[in-house]
Amino acid sequence: MIQIDALTKRYGRFTAVDNVTFTAEPGRVTGFLGPNGAGKSTTMRILVGLTDPSSGSAHLLGRHFSQLPNPGREVGVLLDASAQHGGRTGREILTLAARTMGLPKSSVAETLERVSLTEEEAGRRVRNYSLGMRQRLGIATALIGDPEVLILDEPANGLDPAGIRWMRDLLRGFADDGGTVLLSSHLLHEIEVIADDIVVIGNGRIVAQGTKQELLASGETYARSSDPTSLGRALQRAGHTAEITTEGAVRSDADLTTVGQIAFDAGLVLSELRAADGAGLEEMFLQLTAETQRDHLQTPEGKAA
Amino acid sequence: MTTTTIAPEPANPAGRHPEAVRRRERAVPAPIPFGRIAGVELRKMFDTRSGFWLMASLVVLSLAATAVTIIFVDADNLDYEGFASAWGIPMSVILPMIAVLAVTSEWSARSALTTFTLVSGRGRVIAAKALVTAVVGVVAIAAAAAVGALGYLGVAAVMDLDPVWNLSFAELARVTLASEIGMFMGFMLGTLFRSSPGAIVAYFVYALVLPTVSSALASTNTWWAEHATWFDLNWATMNLYSEMTDKMWAQLGVAGLIWLVVPMIVGLRLVLKSEVK
Repeated sequence: MIQIDALTKRYGRFTAVDNVTFTAEPGRVTGFLGPNGAGKSTTMRILVGLTDPSSGSAHLLGRHFSQLPNPGREVGVLLDASAQHGGRTGREILTLAARTMGLPKSSVAETLERVSLTEEEAGRRVRNYSLGMRQRLGIATALIGDPEVLILDEPANGLDPAGIRWMRDLLRGFADDGGTVLLSSHLLHEIEVIADDIVVIGNGRIVAQGTKQELLASGETYARSSDPTSLGRALQRAGHTAEITTEGAVRSDADLTTVGQIAFDAGLVLSELRAADGAGLEEMFLQLTAETQRDHLQTPEGKAA
Repeated sequence: MTTTTIAPEPANPAGRHPEAVRRRERAVPAPIPFGRIAGVELRKMFDTRSGFWLMASLVVLSLAATAVTIIFVDADNLDYEGFASAWGIPMSVILPMIAVLAVTSEWSARSALTTFTLVSGRGRVIAAKALVTAVVGVVAIAAAAAVGALGYLGVAAVMDLDPVWNLSFAELARVTLASEIGMFMGFMLGTLFRSSPGAIVAYFVYALVLPTVSSALASTNTWWAEHATWFDLNWATMNLYSEMTDKMWAQLGVAGLIWLVVPMIVGLRLVLKSEVK
């Protein structure tokens, strides 16, 4: 369980995180989605006590991070897979984490296996790791203490499609076990594939949040008829919107029952009647963040982050 | 996409996995003991390639210093103090580097992101690093003293000399203190700069450039020549290699306060409060 309440972080006149409030529930994978520099990493750093907020609060399992007696046993954190001493081997980095947490030696080998790093790879210095291997090592460091909460900043960066699938299954299993997962990404596809709940952030502010289904649903109805023009007119006469799609179907803001009833009353045969596809998370994401994207910003704030 | 996925999922996720959620409830773990943090920090000093070579060069150089002393110093003048000052030189360079890197590598390699998310109290990590630094300093001096003593005994046996043990425990303790001051100057600069190159350069400016400037100033300015030991920590520390008067201890205290204690307070504040990125 992660609770973030009215969190704000200012750097001088620039507001990196602006009144952010959301909750990541146990048993769910919460995706934190936003373009680069939107405030995701700052929010996560505040969450784990590496940055002090200007105002507001962040709690993990009902406590502030600094109140966790052995943080690695309760909260697994991966903020930047490249933030490791390149002169240490992967096994050494994991050993240091295991020792700090007071875990048995065997946990290192077990966790290496869990993230599919071979013995040979674990003996190599991290300097020679690919980004994907660093991500696996970072996830191993987060997982080794068997925590209840996972906080992962851009964990799928550098993973190949098979790696992303592996990560999805791993996080799904973790959440199904009752764990809380918060992961960030600037790539919609990753979030769409992995997350149950989505929090969208743009320029420090939350622009949308809800379950993936809520955010995907368009609330419109898609109907196919042999006479789309007549169906469209009938819908418009009843006070609904109607437009004919390129495939010759009708899209309307009326709900399914209403569309069915109107078609029936007009004596039209429907060959297909269903909820319309959402515009896709991608379009929603671009839409929601368009006004806060740095590309369109002319104000000085846009340069920071 | 099928229409069924449009229906939103239940708002209460606990309803979906009631058993699983309950299974996750468990006791709060015990706090991390300080000794464990110190053990990990000690390991981190030497588990990288650079850490290993620093440690190895310490051993190699003190062996080399012993050898050089045996070869180049006249048998008549050969005493234990000669050995002591020979290995003091590599020590005074390498030990502060170990102290600098103990602090700065966390920032330069950005491993602080992991360190401070595994131990939430940064003060405990820094205290562990300081303790381990101090212990390494003492152990290094003790080891070098032992190596020097063995070398000296060997030479004395071969050349049929009476060993002259003219280095008292008090002298050894003072040499250790001088070396600890050097290490904690490095440690302090590490906390101030939080970058390995910056702190190392700053240390050499302090240890090599400032003494030259100070003695140049002393040769032209009589007031500085008489009073520099109050304000020049290098100078005040040098006195530790001979007998110390009460005045010299006071000078060491004042210079140490200016050069070590005050900047250390600033550095520690920066380390504890600054953002870790």
